[in-house]
Order: sequence, then C-alpha cells, then structure tokens
Amino acid sequence: MHILTAKNLNKTFHENVALHNVELEIPKQSIFGLLGPNGAGKSTFIRIVNQIINADSGQIQINGEDLAPKHIGTIGYLPEERGLYKKMKVGDQLLYLAQLKGLSKKEAVQKIKAWLERFEASDWLGKKIEDLSKGMQQKVQFISTVMHEPELIILDEPFSGFDPINANLIKDEILRLREKGSTIIFSTHRMESVEEMCDYIALINKSEKILDGEKAKIKNDFKSNQYTLVHRGNGISTSDAYNLENKKELGEGLIQSTLKLPEGISSNQLLQELINQKVDIVSFQEEIPSINDIFIQLVKGDKQNIPTS
Amino acid sequence: MSKIGLVIKREFDSRVKKKSFLLATILVPLLFPAIIGGMLYFAIEESKNAEQQKVYVLDESGTFNFESDKKYAFEELNINLEEAKTIFTESEAYALLYFPQFELDNPDGITMYAKKNPSLQASSYFKNQIESQIRDQKLKESGINEAELESLKTNISLSTINVSDTGEEKASSAGVAYGIAYAFSFLVYMFVLIYGTQIMQGVIEEKSSKIVEIIVSSVKPFQLMIGKVIGVASVGLLQFTIWVVLIFVLSSAVFSMFDLNPADMQTAQQSMSGMNGSSETQEMMENSKVGEILNIVYDIPYAYYISVFAFFFISGYLLYGALFAAVGSAVDNISDAQQFTMPITMPMIIGFLGTFMFVMPEPDGNVSFWLSIIPFTAPVAMMARVAFGVPAWELALSMGLMVVGFLGTIWMAGRIYRIGILMHGTKVNYKTLLKWVKTNS
Repeated sequence: MHILTAKNLNKTFHENVALHNVELEIPKQSIFGLLGPNGAGKSTFIRIVNQIINADSGQIQINGEDLAPKHIGTIGYLPEERGLYKKMKVGDQLLYLAQLKGLSKKEAVQKIKAWLERFEASDWLGKKIEDLSKGMQQKVQFISTVMHEPELIILDEPFSGFDPINANLIKDEILRLREKGSTIIFSTHRMESVEEMCDYIALINKSEKILDGEKAKIKNDFKSNQYTLVHRGNGISTSDAYNLENKKELGEGLIQSTLKLPEGISSNQLLQELINQKVDIVSFQEEIPSINDIFIQLVKGDKQNIPTS
Repeated sequence: MSKIGLVIKREFDSRVKKKSFLLATILVPLLFPAIIGGMLYFAIEESKNAEQQKVYVLDESGTFNFESDKKYAFEELNINLEEAKTIFTESEAYALLYFPQFELDNPDGITMYAKKNPSLQASSYFKNQIESQIRDQKLKESGINEAELESLKTNISLSTINVSDTGEEKASSAGVAYGIAYAFSFLVYMFVLIYGTQIMQGVIEEKSSKIVEIIVSSVKPFQLMIGKVIGVASVGLLQFTIWVVLIFVLSSAVFSMFDLNPADMQTAQQSMSGMNGSSETQEMMENSKVGEILNIVYDIPYAYYISVFAFFFISGYLLYGALFAAVGSAVDNISDAQQFTMPITMPMIIGFLGTFMFVMPEPDGNVSFWLSIIPFTAPVAMMARVAFGVPAWELALSMGLMVVGFLGTIWMAGRIYRIGILMHGTKVNYKTLLKWVKTNS
C-alpha cells in the first residue's frame, strides 16, 4: 500500500520546466529519500504535495484519494528555509500552528506539553522564539512539524543547523515516528544520512525522475561485480577467473587488489582460485557502491548505465 | 474556529498584547485634550490680557471718525505725514492710518503704517471700518441725513437652515460642517495609512522570517492575506474606539475644569479662528452664538454620519490594505518596498489634498464630485462631502464603486500575494507583478 502516488506530474514556471512527467510511489511506513541536485525540482514536488502550489497536470493521491485540502492535517512539513514568529511565545506559536493543522485547542495543548517534555524543554513554553538559541528554535520547529501526528512527514534538509547531538536526537525521533506508523519523505544532500536511514530513494535530476526503488536493491543493481582483496606477500598472478583492476601497497607487507569478475564466475569460484594460488588472504569483501557514488554517476550524465530494474 | 478566524486572532493578539499598543492607546487620547486644553487656556488668557492698542490717525481729508473700542484706541493727529511718522516710530503705537485728500469716488492713497506685518485679522478690521465710513459719507452726499443713515444700519447674524426633500428644516452651520468634514476625512486618511503600513510590515516579517512557507502549507495564501488584513483592521478599530471614548471623556473633563462660560468660549474661538485663517469659520464664529452652535452640534444626524463613516473607513481600509499586503509580499525588506508604496500613497495624498483644496471650499463642485466617486480618493473626499450634505444617488454610486474597488484590489492583491510570498531574492518590478496577476498557480 502506498501512502503517496504521483502520476504524470508536470509543472512549468514561465517556460522553466520544474517537473516533467514525474511518477512516484511512496510505500507506507517507510523513510523515503528524495534526492537530486539543487534546482532539480525536489522543492517544487514538495510544495505541490503540501498544496502550496498546484501542478499544471498530473495527479497526486494520498492513501488512494486525490489530494485535497482535507489532507493538510495528514501532512507535516519542515521546509528547508525554517522560520517562526520571532516575537511569539513558544507555547502560543505551537498552539497556533497546531490549530491551523486542524487540532482542537485542547488536543493541541496536550500534545505540545508532551512533546516539550520529550525534548526536555517544558520551561520554554513562555519564552519568545527570539530568546531561544538556534538549536532550540530548530527543536521547536521540529515539534511544530510532527505534533499533530501526521501520517506523512516531509522533511527538507532536516539536519541542517543541528549540532551532532541534536541531529542524533532528531534522527532517533524520525526512526521512532516510522515505528509508530508514519511515513517520512526525506529531501537532503547528505548522502550519509540517506545511506543510514532511508528504505527507499528516488533521484530527480533536471526535472525528471531518473531512478527510484528500494535502496538495497538499487545498490545491488549498481554493483560492478568487483571485490577488494587484502593479502600478504607477493602479488597474485593473472587468471581467467578475474581481472586485476587495481593494486595498492598498504605497507607492512600488505597488498590491496581490486578484482573484477567476468560474467558467470561467482565469488566462491574466485576464492577457490585464490586458495589454489596459495594467496595469503587477510580480508575479502564485495565492493558495494555508495548512494553517493550512484548519485554522482547518474547526475554526471551517463544515464546509459542505469540498470533496468 | 475557521482558519481565517485563527489568522485574525493571531494578528489581533500579537498586536494588542504589545506594550507599544497599550502606550499609544492611552497616550494619544491624553495628548489631544492636553493640546486642545492648552490652546484654549492660552487663547483665553491672551484675550483677557490683551491691552488696548493705540492707533494714530492722520486724516487730511477730514472724513473719518474712528471710535475707540476694547481693542484699539484711536488718536487723531493734526500734523504733516513726516512728523506723524516720526511720532509713530518713537511711540509704542500699533499702527498709523494715513488718509490723504481724496475724491470719494476714487479713494486713493489710504495707507496703514505698521511696525511689523499686521495680522490678517487686523488689516481686514481696518479695511472694513474704512469702507463703511466711506460708504456712509457717500450716502450723506447723496442726501440722506444722519438719522436716516442710522436707521439703515442693521446688524444681522445669518443663520442657515437646510431644507430637506421632505420639507423638514434644520439649522446648519458651514463651520460645524467644516469641522466634521475635516475630522472625518483626516481620520480615514490616518487610519488607512497607519494600519495599511502595518499590514505591509507584517507580511514582510512573515516572508523574511520564512515562516510563511509553513503557514501556507496549512492555509491558502488568500486566507492568510485576508486574515491579516482583517486582524490588523480589528486592532485599528479597537484602538480607534478606545480613543474616541477616552478623548470624549477627557475632553469633557477638561472643558468642565476650565469652567468655560459662553462669553469666554466665544473670545477663545475668535482668537483661535485667526489661526486657521478661513473667513468662513471666522464669520461663523463671530456671528452665531455659542448656544446656536451647540444646538447644531446636538442636531447632527450622528447615526447617519457614523454609519457612512464606518462604511468608508472600512472599505477604504480594505482597498488600500490589500494593496499594502501585495507590496509586502513582493519585496524582501522594507527598503525595497519604497518604490511600490509611492503609487499607493499617491492617490491617498491626492484625495487628502483635494479634499482641502476642492471639497471643503466647494463640496458640490465638479472636482469634488469626481474625487468622491473614484474609489481611491472617495473614502477621504466623500467623508468631507457628507458633512455638507450629498444627494443620495451620489452617495450610493460612490459606495457601490467603493465595493467594486475593494473587491478588485483584494482580488489583484491576492494573486500577487500567493506568488510573492514564496519568492526570495528576485528583483521584482511592475512587469513581474503584472505577470503574477495573470499567472494561474
């Protein structure tokens, strides 16, 4: 079941195409990484989902229903450009935003109290935003995004502006929210957090979606069938079982070789061959491309390499 | 609560809870009675302490005979002009009036010498005196004797009565109408300008603090804009109401403190009327009795004025408020807003100046008509005209166009606003604004 389906989405701003026939499916209770270089169209997509702007054509469905104003309360949105009313008190501010999302005053007050307690910030209630540190403001902002318990949480660069401790805190919250059933769309340039947290990813480049799917599967598809071998002693001889792509002295008699396997040869056959050669193996590992590598490879333009999945 | 309601509430609360609001709301009403009271006090003191001033008269024609009064003491000189001038400059006298030999039909060369520029009031006083004496002289020469002449003199006080279509008669006064016109059009002008600017600042603040993107993911930009416009208006109306009540209460207190009796009041008004320089008010002040004025003031159809006032007050505010919101949405900071606020405040200023130059002197003139019909100037101009009486159809037309006007600006502003608030760092000009108006989002 998908929480969000986008079909054939198009948006043009004064002859600049922002989205071209974009199709996306975001599975429920997942963390979905929306990747792409600056200006690719991610923010436009997010704004359309938030009903801030309308698509020129195409369709978005939330839980199988066409996107409509009633879905506002279903979505929590943390924009990249953060901001709160500087002169407003934390409590008033959160109450206002919660009520705009459709919560009753009573509910909102309860939720705000609970969330501030979670972040050990109960005494901020009467403080003005401008009197808080930047990190504290970010926490308030995060609370404002999730306090109405939205099914779909859209976070645009959520970790920018957080120190490592608070970033971890937010990360744990995101994972906890997924456990509780929310789906998180995660738009970021930080590949390490994508690597760490995302279940699915989609890559948008130049207003088109060029790749999407399960993260593990994508990484698998981008494998180049290469293995890294660290061994002692002499170099290894050539063989039909592999091509020696690279060789590097690591010092203390250790050598690192990169081996590429031809079609039809398995890693076990490779090991067999190495053992036959009496190579003194220290470690043996398959090379799996990082999301970062895939991102750079695709955005730099050789689309021909995209595996058909 | 509806979303617009929530926005209105926030805009209202965030302004009313500020200390500056409390301060302005209390201080301004204190200021006005203080100023009025002070001016009254000085005016009364001055007229009480005013010394009789000496005026030399050198009359070579032998035609004139001035009687000294409270203000001026006349002293005749029978010397030549040069000597008279010397005496005058060495004395403390206020003026020297010189009448050469002249023909009655062509009075030429009558001169008033003064040490400093005489006030308008003084010079017109002397002019009137001289004219009437020449007239008397002419009448005598045409054979009317002293007794007949005396019986010709009447002192009238012109009271004006407005006859309505129904034949109902009402005492009216140009002066009272003038005062009401002045007060109402000035209030509309101030209100629109002050609170319009507040809307603009609010929009710019939301935009520059980047909160607007979060808000518009929950409410439509149009709802946010309307909520803000109405929220700020409610603050203004609240403040305005408090002011009126406080000023009324405090002013009554001030008046009763001075224990003003009618005679004092009149002298005070006389000396004050010199300040605003309108011969119309002056005449009114001098001729009518205080009681009459008070009657007229009591007879003002307050309900009518106030409802018309409320209409133009609110619709004028909506018309301009929407435009200010649009400007706020299009720029990134206050200093960029300058180029766009100019064309908004211009019609406002034209309406205001036009009201003083055309509507007040001639409420039924052609220019007055157009100023009070065109929605951009109508709130100020029509309020001034209403005080003097306006045909019902003109009022209805003006109101109708006003509604069309503010719906139009709100529509246009809404279209600029929804795009403007999400734009950062783009240099905006009128062409871009027009493009936004035409764009469908």
